[in-house]
Amino acid sequence: MLKILKYSFYEMIRSRWVFIYTGFYLLATIALLLLSNDLSKVLISMTNITLILTPLIGILFGTIYYYNSKEFIQLLMAQALSRWSIFSGMYAGMVIALCLSILLGIGLPFVFYGIMVSPDLPIFLLLITMGCALSIIFSLIAFLIAMKFDDKVKGLSISIFVWLFFAIVYDGIFLLLLLGLKDYPLDKLTISMLVLNPIDLSRILILMKLDMSAMMGYTGAVLSKFLGKETGIIVVSTSLLFWILLPLWRLFSIGQKKDL
Amino acid sequence: MITITNLNKSYKKNHVLRDINLELPQSGIVALLGPNGSGKTTLLKCFLGMVLADSGDLVFDGRSVLGQYEYRAKVSYLSQIARFPENLTARELISLMKEIKPGETREANFIKVFNLEKELDKKMGSLSGGTRQKVNITLALMHDDPLIILDEPSTGLDPLSLQELKKFILKERERGKLILITTHILSLAEDLADDILFLLEGDIYFNGSLKDLLNDQGENNLENAIAHILRSTKEYSHA
Repeated sequence: MLKILKYSFYEMIRSRWVFIYTGFYLLATIALLLLSNDLSKVLISMTNITLILTPLIGILFGTIYYYNSKEFIQLLMAQALSRWSIFSGMYAGMVIALCLSILLGIGLPFVFYGIMVSPDLPIFLLLITMGCALSIIFSLIAFLIAMKFDDKVKGLSISIFVWLFFAIVYDGIFLLLLLGLKDYPLDKLTISMLVLNPIDLSRILILMKLDMSAMMGYTGAVLSKFLGKETGIIVVSTSLLFWILLPLWRLFSIGQKKDL
Repeated sequence: MITITNLNKSYKKNHVLRDINLELPQSGIVALLGPNGSGKTTLLKCFLGMVLADSGDLVFDGRSVLGQYEYRAKVSYLSQIARFPENLTARELISLMKEIKPGETREANFIKVFNLEKELDKKMGSLSGGTRQKVNITLALMHDDPLIILDEPSTGLDPLSLQELKKFILKERERGKLILITTHILSLAEDLADDILFLLEGDIYFNGSLKDLLNDQGENNLENAIAHILRSTKEYSHA
């Protein structure tokens, strides 16, 4: 697996698109840091950009990378390598490159700006962690979609739809539900809907750390109460872990049965 | 060396391999022929575990290889499509293959014969189709394995390189290896093959020596013999 990971990583870090992706984060972070002296505000802006862009790039890169590597996977499959080591190696090499883009693109400007000695350091670390977690989750989902659908156009369309659903449509449904059921106690529904969407989960975690819960009314108070507790942290971490482990298990099981 | 028993494979409603029973010799060159969609590549991929058979058994060197992967250390495989990660170089791909399968390799021979030295450090994405096929052949044949499987090896090769490849295949036969080739270039099969395995709609239509096939069909060359088979099966299915 490590051998394949190494070459998959080399392939990715030389890709023009990974350069552009890293460059965009670098430029956006530097520009925001130059425009505003308030680190908290810059962190909020970067949170908004990261939570939309990271899943999109993760899912698009993942899908395209799998389709482009199909013949290479066949070549590896003819060697004495297990299916799991091939798929996991290809995936890990790709996702490490994407995480590196976030670390360099967002991390470096903040570090040079002095975030390491700032009181906002935990929020910055959370932003980077969530960016990486979303890359891991959405590129894994992308691999699953591409493995399931041999037709490139179909696979890419489904990937974009999945991103659209989690990034935009889900919140719409969430809001409608909250409005429709406003006469009932909603804390349990809110929390369970929250943990079912990794993007929302990341957003709320960062906003909570920024102490913005006061602006979020009753829901904010409920969440802040819930997430502040030990059980809250356990639920949130388990949910994120579940978002990684479940697709990873699917990658294993689909990989075992996939005809190439 | 290879025994295949009651092998079946379907893609949804399309029954690609129908109850294939086959025994391949320990050495020699076997040409796997058949029209498009007859199941040649699927049969090879089933053997290599890339495609999972619905039923049946595959035995290599006396052991069932279904669900296994270790046996592939003894197999050299050349895939039909030479497409590689665009940002890696041929040199890196050769290193990867060496890391996967340590031991003695003979890539230097292919680099010299195919004149690849200048291309080794270029990104794969910038190489021409023919050069990519030469790299494909180098990667596939750089290890000294007892079984060689070549899926359409002549694709994109210039005549000189094809001649070198033929020489190499014949030399490997002399060394006692089993070489399985699928090709649409019948003259290539005729020049090289000891035995012909002809697949038609997922079934084995003919399995025997080239001489027997020509005698059976009453033809003097392979192209005419294959055309004869295809014409007669077409007439039969229309009747």
